[in-house]
Amino acid sequence: MKLVIGIVRPEKANDVLEALYRAHIRGFSLMRVQGHGGETERVETYRGTTVKMALAEKVRFEVAVSDEFVQSAIDALCDGARTGEVGDGKVFVVDLEHAVRIRTGEADLFAVTPVDDGPEAAT
Amino acid sequence: MTVTQISSGDTAWMMVATALVLMMTPALGLFYAGLVRSKNTLNTFMMSIGALGVVTITWALVGYSLAFSKGDGFVGGFHNVFLEHVGFGAQHGTAIPQLVFFAFEASFCIITAALISGAVVERMRFSTFLVFIFLWSILIYPVLAHWVWGGGWLETHGTLDFAGGVPVEMASGFSALAAAIAVGARRDYGRLALLPHNTVFVLLGAGLLWFGWFGFNGGSGLSTGHSSVLAFVNTLLAPACTLVVWFILDLLRDRKITAVGAATAIVVGAVGITPAAGFISPTFAMLLGALAALPSYAFILWRPRTRLDESLDVLGAHGLAGMTGILFIGLFAELSWNGVSNGLVFGHPAQLGWQAVAAIAGPAYAFVGTFVIIKLLGLVMPLRVAALDESIGMDVIEHGEQAYTDSEGAILVISDTFQESIRR
Repeated sequence: MKLVIGIVRPEKANDVLEALYRAHIRGFSLMRVQGHGGETERVETYRGTTVKMALAEKVRFEVAVSDEFVQSAIDALCDGARTGEVGDGKVFVVDLEHAVRIRTGEADLFAVTPVDDGPEAAT
Repeated sequence: MTVTQISSGDTAWMMVATALVLMMTPALGLFYAGLVRSKNTLNTFMMSIGALGVVTITWALVGYSLAFSKGDGFVGGFHNVFLEHVGFGAQHGTAIPQLVFFAFEASFCIITAALISGAVVERMRFSTFLVFIFLWSILIYPVLAHWVWGGGWLETHGTLDFAGGVPVEMASGFSALAAAIAVGARRDYGRLALLPHNTVFVLLGAGLLWFGWFGFNGGSGLSTGHSSVLAFVNTLLAPACTLVVWFILDLLRDRKITAVGAATAIVVGAVGITPAAGFISPTFAMLLGALAALPSYAFILWRPRTRLDESLDVLGAHGLAGMTGILFIGLFAELSWNGVSNGLVFGHPAQLGWQAVAAIAGPAYAFVGTFVIIKLLGLVMPLRVAALDESIGMDVIEHGEQAYTDSEGAILVISDTFQESIRR
């Protein structure tokens, strides 16, 4: 089991959602975050005050998947979020120790993607 | 020509009415800003603010003259360019100073230009939009205003338009249609749900528009006489009826009365009564308000299912409701109320004929003229921002500001000398 974390442009979030859906990944959460990843800083001016916006708005996806689904989750995040310009974001994959589905109490592989068919269907 | 005395009562009311109508433009900006996504809030609002600047100037330079000075049946002349011969004397046919008349009519041209922005929000380059309304407020609005108010051919033939069904409502609606086609749809249109980001803005904007509309219609009698009083009261009655009919239509469709729908209904009702305000009885104003809801409701429901990204439905709200109002005069105008003319129902069928001519000629000129202006502009400057910029948002790209900013991550840019001076 892995936790796939994708930090993407907010304007590409819908494309990522669509790509995840096409990859049959139905469970994920997303949150709005701010970050900095080497993109050029935008200058904004409010009356006499000029500022460089060092943090850019991003959307962070978290997808908990069985090992078989790791690659398709990464692909979906990359395909959905890529524009080719600096600032497209990053994907991180970390080990996931334990997962529980709150409604049923199912644990681990039964609690992560794929949600519909259980882990056997993935193979 | 006899010298008319200035009436202090008329003048006082018309100065207030002018201020009321001027307020409608930022109110419209608020209404529109609520309807777009948060990343385009400022740009959308600024399109209305832009009209306050650019169009006031064009109106003073040449627009007013082209609309209201003596010319031929098509357009006025240059007698009043640069505010020449516009002073404290009584405006012909009224008891208010020419200057007050000029300012009152200016506020109409301003909001009409601002209305068109609803068709091109979230993608049109701001500077190109400013050039567009500069040209539009010289080439389109004054011609249509001349047709119905400045001694043009429609007025000569007896077309009735109390407060701007032709030059304001139908002109903005059909110009918006042309602008949406000429500029093209937003890149996300039909792919993403493009939802209003702040419906409270939309409701507040509509409320302020209604408030301002009392000056818009109530002032269009250019006096405190019967027609102004009638128009003022009809401006209360008609939108209320539109609002309730809209509630019923919403209930029938989805069993839920929507807030964005209510805001739209207020605008549609006020638009519908605009051309007819001083010509029909209060009872028929209520009927007009109720009827005006139907074509606009149907169109606004249908339009988003087409490829036409006329984004904020200027055609549905202003073009169609304006047309409903213009035609309604032809049926229910009542001599005993307006002292001018009867409609078909009261025995004067020719009135309906000339209302129908206006309902065809006005939109045709606005549509063709706007389409040509934007296509020609597209040859000399980009009409829209780049695709990536459009997805980032117009506020940051076009204005270097955000509507909803926090200072997290904002690094103050200060000069070295200033930095040293505060260290000391």
